[in-house]
Amino acid sequence: MEFLTEFFGYLGGTAPSIAAQGMIWGIMAIGVFITFRILDIADLTVDGSIVTGAAVCIIAFQSGMNIWVAILLSTLAGMLCGLVTGLLHTALGIPPILAGILTQQSLWTVNLLLAGSSLSFTFFEQDLLPIVPLEERIGNTDLILLGFVAVVIAILYWFFGTELGASLRATGNNPNMSRAQGINTNFAKVLGLVISNGIVALSGALLVQYSNGYNINMGRGAIVIGLAAVVVGEAIVSKISSGFIPRLIGVVLGGVIYFLVYQLVLFFDIKAELLKMLSAAIIAIFLGAPYLKKRYGKKKAQKEVKSNA
Amino acid sequence: MLEIKNVTKIFNGGTVNEKVALSDVSLTLEDGDFVTVIGGNGAGKSTILNMVAGVYPVDKGSIVIDGVDVTRLPEHKRAKYIGRVFQDPMMGTAADMWVEENLAIADRRGKTRGFKWAITKKDKAKYREELKELDLGLDTRMTTKMGLLSGGQRQAITLLMATLKRPKLLLLDEHTAALDPKTAAKVLEITDRLVKENSLTALMVTHNMKDAIAYGNRLIMMNAGKIILDVRGEEKKNLTIEALLEMFTKASGAEFASDRALLS
Ligand SMILES: Nc1ncnc2c1ncn2[C@@H]1O[C@H](COP(=O)(O)OP(=O)(O)O)[C@@H](O)[C@H]1O
Ligand SMILES: [Mg+2]
Repeated sequence: MEFLTEFFGYLGGTAPSIAAQGMIWGIMAIGVFITFRILDIADLTVDGSIVTGAAVCIIAFQSGMNIWVAILLSTLAGMLCGLVTGLLHTALGIPPILAGILTQQSLWTVNLLLAGSSLSFTFFEQDLLPIVPLEERIGNTDLILLGFVAVVIAILYWFFGTELGASLRATGNNPNMSRAQGINTNFAKVLGLVISNGIVALSGALLVQYSNGYNINMGRGAIVIGLAAVVVGEAIVSKISSGFIPRLIGVVLGGVIYFLVYQLVLFFDIKAELLKMLSAAIIAIFLGAPYLKKRYGKKKAQKEVKSNA
Repeated sequence: MLEIKNVTKIFNGGTVNEKVALSDVSLTLEDGDFVTVIGGNGAGKSTILNMVAGVYPVDKGSIVIDGVDVTRLPEHKRAKYIGRVFQDPMMGTAADMWVEENLAIADRRGKTRGFKWAITKKDKAKYREELKELDLGLDTRMTTKMGLLSGGQRQAITLLMATLKRPKLLLLDEHTAALDPKTAAKVLEITDRLVKENSLTALMVTHNMKDAIAYGNRLIMMNAGKIILDVRGEEKKNLTIEALLEMFTKASGAEFASDRALLS
C-alpha cells in the first residue's frame, strides 16, 4: 500500500498520470470504436472534433457557465461535427474517409476562430476546475475519470441493446441486408457518426481540463491513437471475452497502455515524434496480422486438400 | 398484389456501356400467386426483382404493391411490404451478429426502431419455435454468430427472416443456386412450405427448369429485358423442359442461352 501511494505520488509529482491520460484517450478511443468497429467507417473527423470539444469547454466555462454545462456543450458540439461528416457522406455521396477529412479541415478553421486566433495558450488559473483538479489531487482525478468511463460504457451498452442500436450494428455489418430489413442505413450511419464524435469531443473537454491548456494541435493524430487503443485493447480482451462491455473496457485499457508506452518513450529520452510511427506500425501489424493469417491458413488448407487428392 | 407497369431500366445510359436491362416490362401478380422466373444469363431477372425492391430507381413506368404506388419510395421503406432472399448466402444476414439478433432485426421490418430492447425473452421463445420448424437443428444455435453457419443454414434463416413478419411480397433471386443439390432441395422445400403456410405472393427466380415447373402456380420466361412467356394453371402443370425450350426458341428466335439450365 505504502509503495503504491509512493508510486502514484511519484507519478503525480513528476509526470501526468498515465492512468488519467490513458482513460481520457480511452474515452476518445471508444468514440473511434463506434465508427471503426461498429459502422465500419474510418472517421477522420476526430482529429478536429476533439479540439472543438476542448475549445467549447473552455469558452463555455470562461463565460461563467457551470463546468458540467460546459462539458455537455462540448459533447453537443462534437455531435454537430459528426453530423456534418455524416451528411457529407450520406446526402452528398462523398466517401466517408474524404468526408471526415473535409470536416477535419474545416474544424481547423473553426477551432482557430474559437480560440481567438492564437495557436496555443493556457486558459486556466490553477484549481479553477472543479471536476478534474491538478496534481495534488491526482488520485481523485483517476476516480472521476473512471466514473466518466463507466458512465460512457453503461450508456453505450444500453443504447446498442435497443432496437435502434441494433440497427446501427446491422448497418455496419451488412448494409444490403439492413436495407432489405427496412433499416434506413443512411440515418444509422449519421447517427453513429454523431454519437462517436460526441464522445470524442467529451474526451477533448476532459483533456483540456486535465492538461490545463488549449492547443490547436492537441488533436493531431488523435485518430491514430484511437485506432491503436482499439486494436491493442481488443487483442488483449478477445482472448477472454467477446462481450460488448469487455470489448469497451479493452479499448480504454488500450488507451492506458498507449500512455504507458508514451511515458516510457519519454523516460528513455527517445524522441516523442517516434511514437507516431510506432503507433502507425502497431495498427498496421494488428490489422494486418489476422489478414495474413487467414491467407496463409487458406494456402495451408489448399495444400492439405491437394495432398489428400 | 403487385403491378409492374411499363417499367424500363437502362444502366449507364448515354455511355458506351449503355445497357437496356428491362424494356417496357409489365406484370401483374394476383394475391397468392407463386411465380417462378426463368431466363438466360443477363435476361433481366435480377433487375426486375431489384426494381420491385427499390435497389435502383425506376427510369420509366411505375410499381404498385397492394394498391400503394411505391415507385418513388426508397428501398428501406419498401421493405415494409417485401421479404427478400438473395443468391449469395452472405448477403441476407449480418455475419457478426447472433442468429437470434438477426431474427430480431427481421422481426421489426416495417416498424420504427426506437429505444425498446432489440430482443426480448418472448422473442427468443418465438424464434426458437420457428427455428425448430426448419428442422435443421438451428434452435440450439440461437447465440451462434451467423457467419459461422453453412450457406444452406444461412439461406434457411434468411428465408425465415423474410417471412417472419408476413410480407405482402416475397422475392427470391436464385436463392438455392449457391448450394449443393441436397441442401438446395431442402431449402426449396422450406420455401414452398413457408409460401403455402403464409399464403404468400412470391416471385422466385431459378436457373433450374425442373424446379420452375414443379413449384408455383405460374411461370414466366425472360429474354433480353422482356417477358416472353407467361404460363399458368393447368398449362403450367403440364409443361415439360423440352416444351419450354421449344417455346423459348420460338419466342426469342434464338437458342436458350444458359447451359446451366440445359444441364439441370
Ligand atoms: N448494376 C448494374 N450496372 C450495370 N449493368 C447492370 C447492372 N445490373 C445488371 N446489369 C446488366 O443488366 C442486364 C440484366 O442483368 P440481370 O438482371 O442481373 O440478369 P439476370 O437475368 O442474369 O439476373 C445484364 O446485361 C447486366 O449486365
Ligand atoms: Mg441474376
